[in-house]
Amino acid sequence: MLKPIEKDNAIRQLRQMLLIRRFEEKSAELYSATKIRGFLHLYNGEEAVAVGVMATLTPEDAVVATYREHGQALARGMNAGKIMAEMYGKQEGCCRGRGGSMHLFDVATRFYGGNAIVGGGIPLAVGLALADKMQGRNRVTCCFFGDGAVAEGDFHEALNLAGLWRLPVLFLCENNLYAMGTALCYTQAASDIAAKGANYGITAAFVDGMDVLAVEAAARTAVDHIRQGNGPYLLECRTYRFRPHSMFDTELYRTKEEVDRWKQRDPIELLAASLCEAHLFDEQERAVLEQDVAREIEEAVAFAENGTWEPVEELTRFVSSARRAA
Amino acid sequence: MSEQTAMQTTTYREAVKQAIREAMIKDERVFLMGEDVGHYGGCYAVSKGLLEEFGPERIRDTPLSESGFVGAGIGAALGGMRPIVEVMTVNFSLLALDQILNSAATLLHMSGGQFNVPLVIRMATGAGKQLAAQHAHSLEGWFAHIPGIRILSPATLEDARGMLWTALQDPDPVLIFENNTLYNMEGPMAENSGPVDIDTARVRRPGSDITLITYSASLFKCLAAAETLSAEGIEAEVIDLRSLRPLDDATYLASIGKTRHVLIVDEGWRSGSLSAEISARIMEQAFYELDHPVERICSAEVPIPYARHMEDAALPQVETIIATVRRMVRHG
Repeated sequence: MLKPIEKDNAIRQLRQMLLIRRFEEKSAELYSATKIRGFLHLYNGEEAVAVGVMATLTPEDAVVATYREHGQALARGMNAGKIMAEMYGKQEGCCRGRGGSMHLFDVATRFYGGNAIVGGGIPLAVGLALADKMQGRNRVTCCFFGDGAVAEGDFHEALNLAGLWRLPVLFLCENNLYAMGTALCYTQAASDIAAKGANYGITAAFVDGMDVLAVEAAARTAVDHIRQGNGPYLLECRTYRFRPHSMFDTELYRTKEEVDRWKQRDPIELLAASLCEAHLFDEQERAVLEQDVAREIEEAVAFAENGTWEPVEELTRFVSSARRAA
Repeated sequence: MSEQTAMQTTTYREAVKQAIREAMIKDERVFLMGEDVGHYGGCYAVSKGLLEEFGPERIRDTPLSESGFVGAGIGAALGGMRPIVEVMTVNFSLLALDQILNSAATLLHMSGGQFNVPLVIRMATGAGKQLAAQHAHSLEGWFAHIPGIRILSPATLEDARGMLWTALQDPDPVLIFENNTLYNMEGPMAENSGPVDIDTARVRRPGSDITLITYSASLFKCLAAAETLSAEGIEAEVIDLRSLRPLDDATYLASIGKTRHVLIVDEGWRSGSLSAEISARIMEQAFYELDHPVERICSAEVPIPYARHMEDAALPQVETIIATVRRMVRHG
């Protein structure tokens, strides 16, 4: 039985996951309506990972994300309107429309992207953690990446550096079983990702990535380990992406049955059901939550719709900093 | 009568080392990171002794992971440090090209101005030591293709000593290319040498008959050629670009306005190169000032070979510069 404080937390998690799910559904709709262009990678099914992990981070911590990062950004507390406006390409977007879906950045929440080079953000996270360690700050850098990134040299180089220098990094693998459209078994000689931590002297664990409370508990263990000065931690969250890789994926590589099987373990419904079972939540509260989330999405879309285009005269602005430091 | 500036004899290697030392002393956010920079003392002995002086936190040996530690340098810069990342040679920097181009050079623009990367990357470049085709190329011109980073090429002792500090003050990534044949170069340098500007080209030798545009080690080949030519009555003006990106167009265009002849000497390959870019800019901005077509002396378009005579044949040489200038001026 959940205690009241845990109930509040669980409802908060549920709301965040719902926000991400509805945001992604709206994004897909707006993509079809050509309001959003470029590549669009949706997070449906993986919500528990970002939501569970972010609950364990403080505002001083840093986050390095992937190109499938709307969920990570929302869970980190970035404004939904600014993210939507970014995808519209409006200057009110979090990056003035320079980045789009794959490159969300936010200095206020220490959200360092939005990296669309698979694995490219992992060394950056190591550097952020190195800066913290050298400056004596007790902060954690949480670096998200997928199972595909584990095949990149940057993953191995970065884990070696972080293990060698005992840096405060949480390596957070979202293992959704497919590197784009190629299953792990076709790309990894040894497909146990968590086991790879040992090669670099890094404590590692895996967790059911469809269970938000389990993810939160596992991430808390990891973050505590890091904050206590024990060096980096590798946490593999076993999850599943319900939608295609991007908007251009015909999903030849997996069966509908497989997808349906995973949808039985929908992280939102799993949590809602367990709350209902414990009589801590009911259909009426669900409806209120849905309405609340729908309003936030509506506001985000309105914000994006009302946004403006950056003047083309500003095209080369921010290629270099406007001025040098004194 | 102004006081004579006190001079000391030093080497390019020592000038770079003193620049690093000074930066480490003046700013505790500065640290040096790279392969063999600590216990080995630096592949080219630039950082010899610095580990003992500053300790392993700030003179940080890295594994052979160019992408990893260059990326970590970018992250550390984002995190408030002022890293100097040493990449052993330009050929190895290709292993970090993704981080340099896709992260360092793009983050500021892609983030809508939120995240700048105050990072300095130093690396050795160039041929002339019989190091063959995987240690001797001059790829700084490639890097100069990339918006969002600055490319510096110190040739003189003063620039080797002075560019680093100015680069560290820049809020954006700066790459410094040190030609490997220059480390042993010895000469006089003012004892009070300090930071220098990193924006402008310099006229290293005034002349009225032809402009030689060059940078890095080729500067000294051009100066030697100019001395010989002077004895024949041809006065070459020698321009050291210093900064390859951005290029200081004004300095070389002013010179061309005077000499009406221009030869570009670039150790990089010819096709799609920095020399091609400069040539195009001259066509665009000074075409009618010219009495003779722009000419270029570049490295032969081959992987740099090992054998001494073959390597020499692949590189711009003083004799070739002299012969080309004679032909251009006499027939121009």
